[in-house]
Amino acid sequence: MTSLPKLLVIGGSAGSLEVLMQLLPELKPEWPLAVIIVLHRRTDSDTLLAELLSAKTTLSVKDAEEKDILLTGCVYIAPSDYHLLIEPDGSLTLDASEKVHYSRPSIDVTFMSAAEVFGSRLSCLLLSGANVDGAEGLQTVHELGGFTAVQDPDTAEVSFMPKHAINTVKVDKVFNISEMIAFVKSLNDGKSVA
Amino acid sequence: MMDNLRHLKDEDVLLLLNDLLEQYGYDFTDYSFASVKRRLQRVYITDRFPSFAEFRYRVKTDPEYLVYLMEQITVNVTEMFRDPGFFQELRKQILPVLATYPLIRIWHAGCSTGEEVYSVAILLHELNLLHKSVIYATDINESVLEKARKGIFPLQYMQQYSQNYQLSGGQQEFSRYYAANYEYAKFSDMLREKIIFAAHNLVTDRSFNEFQLIVCRNVLIYFNKDLQDKVLHLFSESLEQLGFLALGAKETLRFTTVAPLFKPIAHKEKIWRKIAT
Repeated sequence: MTSLPKLLVIGGSAGSLEVLMQLLPELKPEWPLAVIIVLHRRTDSDTLLAELLSAKTTLSVKDAEEKDILLTGCVYIAPSDYHLLIEPDGSLTLDASEKVHYSRPSIDVTFMSAAEVFGSRLSCLLLSGANVDGAEGLQTVHELGGFTAVQDPDTAEVSFMPKHAINTVKVDKVFNISEMIAFVKSLNDGKSVA
Repeated sequence: MMDNLRHLKDEDVLLLLNDLLEQYGYDFTDYSFASVKRRLQRVYITDRFPSFAEFRYRVKTDPEYLVYLMEQITVNVTEMFRDPGFFQELRKQILPVLATYPLIRIWHAGCSTGEEVYSVAILLHELNLLHKSVIYATDINESVLEKARKGIFPLQYMQQYSQNYQLSGGQQEFSRYYAANYEYAKFSDMLREKIIFAAHNLVTDRSFNEFQLIVCRNVLIYFNKDLQDKVLHLFSESLEQLGFLALGAKETLRFTTVAPLFKPIAHKEKIWRKIAT
């Protein structure tokens, strides 16, 4: 386990792209974690999304490919129409199985898989959206010792998803945008996650 | 890690996989561990086993449950004309090349419930090639092959399939290929006549013929690197010189040991051509 990096997974749906665009500039060189972004979207928008996000950070941003090894300082985007899972050795698996909550990639699937492998080395953020995806995954992350935070529904363009998570599972923090930015900065400074 | 009744432990999964191998000869040890674990986990919760020991006992002692479990472990999600761009490439670029052969032999490996096999049959029919084609459609699971043989799919998907078909360059009324009956669409016998459905395990079984086209989409993503290489060699051996290999949207020959034997034909659509042995 010690060879695995720390990991931040961000899950978002409707209305979360704007938030990501504000968070990504905080990922500075020497960023000490690996980052996975799971975003619900139309199936044909892959290249565009990586380009959009890439313009907002100096870190390398790439569409996750199967067998990629999670590296510190890299941002991996779950490709459209596949679930993204993580192997015990920190490599990535793409999975074309059933949609979960009408979604592929599903946030729950990646949260849970990351929790199984990363335990307390994992932090998860759930952003704006109109779906119930993410809540169950946060529960697993919490049970396996990871840190969980949800966007304050009042600050979310679509409040349903963060609200659903807060109402159904125990989360560690509810962040407005500036708190979220401060949190990401604190990771950058190498402060303890959980 | 916290001990939690809902979570199968990694050791539990390894025990089960070992049982499946030793007792039944199904080898999942070179599959993606994360994917297999997730699927076992799902069965474990859905079937409400009080403990892992009882789950394991059921698998070891109940052959019928094993059939069900096999279907649950392997991913059997498929659709007709999935990734329309790929089927357009088949229609416009690949099948016209095969048209010059007196007999067209195609292997659809890991065909699951058969939606893509029927899609290819429709293309062959529309290019007036079906009469001189044979499609071998194989899967590790007898139970999904049984569904594939019937060619009966839920009617609710037909709108989506019809749309995919048109996006892939289809110009007919898609509904001419099936008869709707209550909630199901039964595909025409004419399409099925040239398809041979058979069980074949990519992990343990060998090459059984030579083909001009092998289609195997979204199967290799569940295999580890070694098994991917092994299966790709099997495909290479089973292809005629200048035969075509078609993989899934996120699969590649890059970094595999067969890469030098193939030339990419349609990069985005993941089609390669065998240029060496």
